[in-house]
Amino acid sequence: MKPFTFERATTPAAAAATAARTPNAKFIAGGTNLLDLMKLQIETPAHVIDLTRLDLDRIEDTSDGGLRIGALVTNTNLAAHGRVRREYGVLSRAVVAGASGQLRNKATTAGNLLQRTRCPYFYDTNQPCNKRRPGSGCAAIGGVSRQLAVIGSSEVCIATNPSDMAVAMRALDATVETLRPDGSARAIPIADFHRLPGSTPHIETALTPGELITSVTLPKPIGGKQIYRKVRDRASYAFALVSVAVVIHPDGSGRVALGGIAPKPWRVAAADAEMPRGSKAVAMQLLAGAKPTRDNTFKLRLVERTLAAVMADAKASA
Amino acid sequence: MIDTQVAITAIEPSTATVSFEINGTRCELVLDTRTTLLDALREHLHLTGTKKGCDHGQCGACTVLLNGVRINSCLTLAVMHEGDKITTIEGLGTLDNLHPMQAAFIKHDGFQCGYCTPGQLCSALAVLGEIKADIPSHVTADLTVKPQATDAELRERMSGNICRCGAYSNILEAIREVAGEGA
Repeated sequence: MKPFTFERATTPAAAAATAARTPNAKFIAGGTNLLDLMKLQIETPAHVIDLTRLDLDRIEDTSDGGLRIGALVTNTNLAAHGRVRREYGVLSRAVVAGASGQLRNKATTAGNLLQRTRCPYFYDTNQPCNKRRPGSGCAAIGGVSRQLAVIGSSEVCIATNPSDMAVAMRALDATVETLRPDGSARAIPIADFHRLPGSTPHIETALTPGELITSVTLPKPIGGKQIYRKVRDRASYAFALVSVAVVIHPDGSGRVALGGIAPKPWRVAAADAEMPRGSKAVAMQLLAGAKPTRDNTFKLRLVERTLAAVMADAKASA
Repeated sequence: MIDTQVAITAIEPSTATVSFEINGTRCELVLDTRTTLLDALREHLHLTGTKKGCDHGQCGACTVLLNGVRINSCLTLAVMHEGDKITTIEGLGTLDNLHPMQAAFIKHDGFQCGYCTPGQLCSALAVLGEIKADIPSHVTADLTVKPQATDAELRERMSGNICRCGAYSNILEAIREVAGEGA
């Protein structure tokens, strides 16, 4: 790790203001991703602002019947929350499909949204990576790319977003609430929160310098059968090859978001509209324009088959 | 661009003071801010029972209990733990007075080389606590029903602790026995 100065934030506003005026500052909360990357000198903050003592660790009902999840709510507490389990089951399922018990006890809601890709070339500092070192090239393109993106990627980056939680939040139309250094708040729909790489894969979210996530809100529950299916190389504690978050209503209508295949949680309005017509039609819309590599072309069929499985499950248990 | 930025802002090592409670004993340390909780335990407090395996949160050898909750001590900074209560393997039992989970691991041969064992023990205890606290897992069939300490639940919940000797089935037997006693 590179040396850094450290401070404990006392209020969200002070944390945002300090982060904006201090060069190369980083927020830390759970630390499970940031410290991993700092040890590898992929992240090299000069100043670290500890958010863990801020009062942002509650889950509360919103006035419109939804839920507000504090930025510091741990993955464990989110998955275990009564209303999340009963009314937003796909979110609870997605969270427990990720990481390990130890990591979920530390990892936070906001940190999960901000976690970096697990592309092996991003992690290997001997390799070029446009995300880690803009302009250096992409060793993943033409490299071992079995795990990497099949859609939404660009000529300079084919990394995926590794989150399970965010895929469920995308299906649930969550909103990310932030506080900016000037004291103003804003609400970012989750669809707009993560950015596609384009020519700037190092810019991963809509956040501006110093902007602090304070909470994530969910709209009022939409019911339906909610399923999160994660396909991976081992039964537990591995990142997704493909994951599917669905909400399916008795009439066959519903929503679908995918993980493991794109630089952001992947949802396509036209695919939702095809839900009553079955998995083939939905997959065709979700994957229109896909550009898989030779190594990960299999993900296209895997998406369709996983969709078919969850749609059959939803029907069987309806 | 990134490299230049790092060069400009490169700074000298920085220290900070932190005080927390380890196995019931209060301690105050002045540490390089980069020190992980794991390194503070091993290198500064000489509590070497907690092991460093991968140092990246993948193996679980460094598992300790933070305010009763299991975490990977390698992926947290010591200076973030002001006022916290930390329990390590040294706080579970002694040679003369083993914790029931330690006794069960011996009885069921739940280890060979022993390197992962302190982490396995801390994790195992916390797993039973998490089931009791109604925290669901990936294999919990119904999210609205309190999970039970079934073999499938124990296996899934222990998946963050890797054992290269492959003592998994015996570890499972040990935890199952302690879970049965607690029921």
